[in-house]
Amino acid sequence: MLIIGEKINGMFKNVREAIQTKNKSILQDIAKKQLEASAGVLDVNVGPASSEPLKDMQWMIETIREVTNVPLAIDTTKLDVMDKGLELSGEGAFLNSINGEEEKMDKFLPLAKKYNTKIIALTINKTGIPITPEGRVEIAANIVAKVMEHGIDTSGLYIDPVILPVNVAMEHSAAVLEALKQCPLLCDPPPKTILGLSNVSQGTNYRSLIDRTFLVMALASGLDAAIVNPLDKDLVDAMITAELLLGKNIYCDSFLDAYRRK
Amino acid sequence: MEKVIEKWTGKIAELSIGSVSSEGGSRSKVIKIGGETTLPFLHFEGQMPNPPLVAAEVCDTPPEHWPFIIEEFKNFINDTLRWAKKCEEWGADLLCLKLDSCHPDGKNNSVEYAGELVSKVLKTVSLPLIVIGCNHPEKDQEILPKVAEMTKGEKILLGMATKDNYKTITAAALANDHSVIAETPLDINLAKQLNILISDMGLPVERIVMHHTTGGLGYGFEYCYSIMERCRLAGLTGDKVVATPIINMIAEETWKIKEAKASKDEQPTWGELHSRAVGWEVTCAAGYLQAGSDILVLVHPESIKIIKQTIKQLMTGVRP
Repeated sequence: MLIIGEKINGMFKNVREAIQTKNKSILQDIAKKQLEASAGVLDVNVGPASSEPLKDMQWMIETIREVTNVPLAIDTTKLDVMDKGLELSGEGAFLNSINGEEEKMDKFLPLAKKYNTKIIALTINKTGIPITPEGRVEIAANIVAKVMEHGIDTSGLYIDPVILPVNVAMEHSAAVLEALKQCPLLCDPPPKTILGLSNVSQGTNYRSLIDRTFLVMALASGLDAAIVNPLDKDLVDAMITAELLLGKNIYCDSFLDAYRRK
Repeated sequence: MEKVIEKWTGKIAELSIGSVSSEGGSRSKVIKIGGETTLPFLHFEGQMPNPPLVAAEVCDTPPEHWPFIIEEFKNFINDTLRWAKKCEEWGADLLCLKLDSCHPDGKNNSVEYAGELVSKVLKTVSLPLIVIGCNHPEKDQEILPKVAEMTKGEKILLGMATKDNYKTITAAALANDHSVIAETPLDINLAKQLNILISDMGLPVERIVMHHTTGGLGYGFEYCYSIMERCRLAGLTGDKVVATPIINMIAEETWKIKEAKASKDEQPTWGELHSRAVGWEVTCAAGYLQAGSDILVLVHPESIKIIKQTIKQLMTGVRP
């Protein structure tokens, strides 16, 4: 499973302070720690408090690029910030994110085409997040159609069937699992699936336990990638073990260690 | 129609064996194995930068389980150095010296003997060298460090490192800049684990060659073939721990079986022994080529010739 590290986000206090004081080492340290913890992509989000998102995004990417060339997921709702972010991040970038709203897709997809990026697409439309798997898959189908219309290869599309906090939206988790199974059937080459995992445990008392339990269930339903906190060692251990049990890796006594050498 | 081509993300490690004088050794050439980015010989799908190699096996004592070879090689079977020289003439890519005589149940030859013999072989032939102990994990822990020391600078391939003696053998390889063969008995999980244990000691995975042991016939062949294939698939999809070259001890497994021993008188329906026996070694080797073997250890000159031709054809797609 592809791990997208979620820690470089201005909504976290240390990142917000690093942006405000232009403290490079804090940001670079978070980047390096996530990569050591098996992240393959780093999410970059200036956070809701940023008053100059374009400049902040530029500074963050340049700062990260001093220590690593790993692909970045540019996480913003602003078109100009996305454009600049994708331009600066270079090869393998993720556009994070679009959803099922047509006008937004028509605005953002040309950027994905221009910079040859992967795309994260949430199954949300103007009426919100459907409660059923069918509702989610229907939006996913619209997204797939739109992506094809823009001449973009669907194998780079990551559908996120949107998990909601279990303490307020209990019925959604089973629907997400079902949607994960159905999304790959939408087209050929099949789109991939992704989750913004930590949403599931928002506001609960057992965040790590809920996160890793749901991650294992999602992997068994075919999940390809997740935006997670890779510094949660129990979570990554659970993911490695789940992939082992799904037959994706060869067992050996040091299988956790073996995975981390990849 | 669109070609259905697999896109692999991994690459098999590339390993050099042998060292020339400008690099502190005395071999006539340095040879490379590994580096594949696709399954064997699928040149349309990825790269296979180094052809699989044929190593000629030399035993330091007549191999008593190989009556056919003893008969055919009778003029030099008791003279390790002459035998080694012959291998060079036969066109082998490298030499695989086996120190069988050191086995405690056999002649139980000493550590000093092993060191001296290897030195003499180095002076006699200029091919890159593989040195295998006597298939006794404890005794190998004594002789192989000596061999490693005597061949310092030659970048040999040293084996077999097993779960019982890998520490000593890995340390010897590290101290003298050699690579090791990691041997596990037809067990993919142990094979992966042994690679981890060896690399934990500081010898990079890139200096390990796996030997899954080699089946010469029937089920053994199939087990080995599927383990090799599974390892190669894992390596090509990004599991670096098993993305190492693979060696197969073909001779050792084929010459002791009944099909390579029984005369036409004993088995009238099996046909003449010579072509049947050589055919067995050739068939076994050709099979393992398709499973991803990087070094095939053979003994008969006719097999060496045929397999080298086969490899050439498979690498170029041109029939001779």
